[in-house]
Parts: sequence; C-alpha cells; structure tokens
Amino acid sequence: MIHVSNLTKHYGDFQALKNVSFDVAKGEILGFLGPNGAGKTTTMRILTGYMPPTSGTVTVAGYDVTTDSLEVRKRLGYLPETVPLYPEMTVWGYLDFMARLRGVDKRERRIDEAMEKVRIADHADVMIGKLSKGYRQRLGLAQALLHDPEVLILDEPTIGLDPRQIIEVRELIRGLAQDHTVILSTHILPEVSQTCTRVLIINEGQIVAEGTPERLMARLKGAERIFVQLAGADGNEARRLFQSMDGILAVDDKGNGAYEVECALGTDKRPEIARAVVNRGWGLLELRPVGMSLEEIFLKLTTE
Amino acid sequence: MKNTLTIARREIQAYFVSPIAYVVAAAFLAVMGYFFAMILYYSREATMRYTLGNMTTVLLFVAPILTMRLLAEEQRMGTIELLLTAPVKDWEVVLGKFLGSLTLYACMLGVSLYFPFVLTIVGNPDLGPMVSGYVGMLLLGGALLSLGVLTSSLTQNQIVSAVLGVVLIVLLWLVSALGDVTGAPLSGVFQYLALSGHFYDFFKGVIDTRDVIYYLSVIAAALFLATRVLETRRWR
Ligand SMILES: Nc1ncnc2c1ncn2[C@@H]1O[C@H](COP(=O)(O)OP(=O)(O)O)[C@@H](O)[C@H]1O
Ligand SMILES: [Mg+2]
Repeated sequence: MIHVSNLTKHYGDFQALKNVSFDVAKGEILGFLGPNGAGKTTTMRILTGYMPPTSGTVTVAGYDVTTDSLEVRKRLGYLPETVPLYPEMTVWGYLDFMARLRGVDKRERRIDEAMEKVRIADHADVMIGKLSKGYRQRLGLAQALLHDPEVLILDEPTIGLDPRQIIEVRELIRGLAQDHTVILSTHILPEVSQTCTRVLIINEGQIVAEGTPERLMARLKGAERIFVQLAGADGNEARRLFQSMDGILAVDDKGNGAYEVECALGTDKRPEIARAVVNRGWGLLELRPVGMSLEEIFLKLTTE
Repeated sequence: MKNTLTIARREIQAYFVSPIAYVVAAAFLAVMGYFFAMILYYSREATMRYTLGNMTTVLLFVAPILTMRLLAEEQRMGTIELLLTAPVKDWEVVLGKFLGSLTLYACMLGVSLYFPFVLTIVGNPDLGPMVSGYVGMLLLGGALLSLGVLTSSLTQNQIVSAVLGVVLIVLLWLVSALGDVTGAPLSGVFQYLALSGHFYDFFKGVIDTRDVIYYLSVIAAALFLATRVLETRRWR
C-alpha cells in the first residue's frame, strides 16, 4: 500500500532523513517510534505531500507523491502533530468544511458517522476554541476519518491526552485497522506495543530496527532476568550462592535483600534458585521474571 | 472551482464572526458618510465622484487589514498543513482566500449604495458616473486585496502582513512619481504601472478597457505570486 525507498530530506545543511526505506502492507498498523527530532514528522509530511523529499521515492496506493500528489492526497487521511483547527468554527462547521474540501458525498451522514466514531457528537455545535485538548484531538481524528481514506497517517495521535482518553484513542485506531492502513508516530513506547502490528524504530533520521513489537522485544532480550527478594539472608553469602550456580551470568545486588539475577537466554533458573534459598533456611518473599521493557530496548537502541 | 468556493465560503463565515471585519466595515462606512455629507454640503452637487475619490485613500489602508489574516493565520495555526494536504491545488486556496475578501468588500460597497440612493432622493444625479464609479471602486479594491493576499502569504504574523501590504500598495500607488524623475519615454510606463492612475476615469463616468485590463492584470499577477510563495514554502 505504501512504498518508501531511499528517502532523504535536507533542511538547509541539516540532514533530517538519511536513506529511509520501508513498506507498509494493506491493513497494517505501522508504529513509527523515535525520540523527538528523529524525523517522524518529516517522514509523514513527505508521505502526505505537504513537502517534497530531497531525494527518494514514495508511492501510496500506486501513486507517486511528487508527481501524482493530488491522487495520493485523495486517498489519505492525515492528523498533523499540531491539530489543525479553526478556533472560530463549530465542530460541525469544521467537519462540513473538510468534507466539502475532500469532496465527500452524502456529507451529513459521513459527518455524523465520523463524530460518532470519535465520540464527539454531543459537542457538534460547540465552538472549537472552547474545546478541551482531548476533544480537539478527537476532532482532528474525525477530520482524518471523514472521507473513509485507504491510508491514515497520524502524527502523535495521543499526545497531550489523559490516560483514559489515550486508551479510547488506541481502541479507536485498532478498530480502524480492518479496512484502513495506518501509520502512526509516537515517542512513547507503550503506544506501539499496544496498538501496532509492526514497529519501525527511527533515530537521527535513520531506521534502526524493524519488526513486530514481540519480535523486537525478543531480539533485544539477550538474557532472562529474575527478581529475587529474600528475608534473613546475609548479603554477600546470597550473592556468592547465586554466582556459584550453573547458568547464572550475573547478579545485581539491589539492596535490602533484593537481587536481580541474569541467566542465559531461554533458561529458567527459578526452581534451582528457590531450592537453594530454602536449603539455606532463608525466607523467599518474591521470585519473578523481569521482562526487559520496550522502554529499555528503546533506550538501548537510541543510545547505541 | 468547487474547492475555491468552499475556501471562499469558509473565509466569509470567518469574517462574519470576526470583530475586526465589523470594525473595519463600520469605520469605512462612517468615513465615507463623513466625506459624503461634507462634500454634499459644500458643493451642492449630486455626484459621488469626489466621495469615491477620497475613499480610494482610505481603501489603501482598509484592504490590507481585511486580508492580513488570510494566509498568515493559516501558517501560524498550522491549518495550512490541512489545506496543502487536502486534494486541493495551491492556486485554488489562494483564489478562494481572495474571493472571500472580495465578497466582504463587495458587501461593504453594497451597503454604501445608501449614499447614491440618498442623492437620487435629494437631487437629480447622473446615474452613469455613479455606476462606473462603483465598478472602478470594485476593481481598485480587488487589486488592493490581491496585493494584501500576496503579503499575507509571506509571513505568519498578521500585523507584519498588514504593514507589508500597506507599504507595497503605497509604493505601487506612487510609482508614477518615478516617471517625473526619468522623464519620457519611461514616465509613460511608470504612469501606467501606478495603481493611482486608473480610477479617475471611472469616477468621471468613463469605463476604459485599458484601466479594466490594468486592474485585472494586477490581480492575476499578485495571486500568481502568492501561489508561488505558497509553493516555495513547501520546500523549506
Ligand atoms: N522546517 C524545518 N526546518 C529546519 N529543520 C527542521 C524543520 N522541521 C524539522 N526540522 C529538524 O529536523 C529534525 C527532525 O524533525 P521532525 O521530523 O519534526 O522529528 P520528530 O517528529 O521525530 O520529532 C529535527 O532535528 C528538527 O529540528
Ligand atoms: Mg514530530
């Protein structure tokens, strides 16, 4: 559905994108993950035809964004990073304007449907300037959905929302995946693991990793970590005990009888640890695996 | 064309909820009423010629105020991103903005028809010059508004847009003075280029196609340049 190859973008002397290539299949929700300044917004602006690339090609639904910009734009819904709203218009008036601009037929019905989808129908006659941040974001989404586009491009769609609203928006996006192709960008990790079918990690204008959220996690998980909380144990003795066990790579003393034990990938040393601890007559208060969070993976990726 | 009208329509709606538009329209009509009354009182002549002549100077400031918001505010608010990624051509955006401001201006002129109407009651005016005078006002206004659209495309700041507009219009207004410096044959060219040299005939009752073509050319050139400015902004 979307094909990006060797995309570069210069702002003056500054190179914001360096040879970015990727494909997005129909029905995918692609997460574009990267810290601020990584080049997410730049990529999306090129995809939507807002600005041309310095070099490289982008096709959306078979149309080239530079030579067939209007055809591409007809098939896109776009929610820019700063939600583009006219404060002096009402919610309904704004959607009506966008529907006309997009040449939507059966305007009234489509507007009602879009308002229903993002749950803003009860605010139809409210002036946009008076809307809360959450409602503005929803209205931005409604505008992007209005014409039922094949491809949706959402730049940081949950930024500035409260946790409940974030969950709502994520559900909404997941619900869209059946008949839309979605690209969303975020610099917040939980977002991608909860919404996306595939993730691209971008840093300093380059794609540094790609895969399903699970695969990415597994790929970076070089080891299994186990958290152990003991009672009545002598600190150094416990440490030595763990180090003496087979298959244990490292021991982290967290203080107050807590340890993090690292063992080889694909092994689970919990039974051995439990037995050894009980044999010494110490209390075992807690014993659980520590999954390396995407957050840590991300830190790893972008600090490399 | 449909897109152009959609954009013009939104612009007109925005004017009608904007205090600036009301204040400017009211001031325009109040000043016009003042000129009208004074001129009528002293000259006792049933004509709009001098009133309209005075209003051209007022228009020089009014037009950039009406247009200052048009593209500058879209760029400041980021809504330009919406327009430039919608299936709409850049020139349709610019033309829509221009038509929006022209409509408001035409409404102001429409309300001011009250003054010639008064003349037909108190006197027996010659209708021809009044009609051509209003045609001239519409063309001159259109030219000034298009120049305002152009300066509005150059900045995100409405005040900067208005000031640039006034400066550009005054320069084009006075460009005929250059002719006095250079002398013939260039003076004729500068004379023709000046905004100020093309409305007196209208007010006297003459519609000269050269004047009409002049104003339409200014409009076309200004809107073309505004479109180009919008396009090059994409490249930044
Ligand atoms: N219009 C611009 N002019 C100059 N530099 C820009 C412009 N837009 C973005 N940049 C720079 O390009 C880099 C990528 O920006 P952006 O794509 O907005 O990143 P992200 O959306 O991932 O935070 C940043 O370093 C930013 O400062
Ligand atoms: Mg961004």
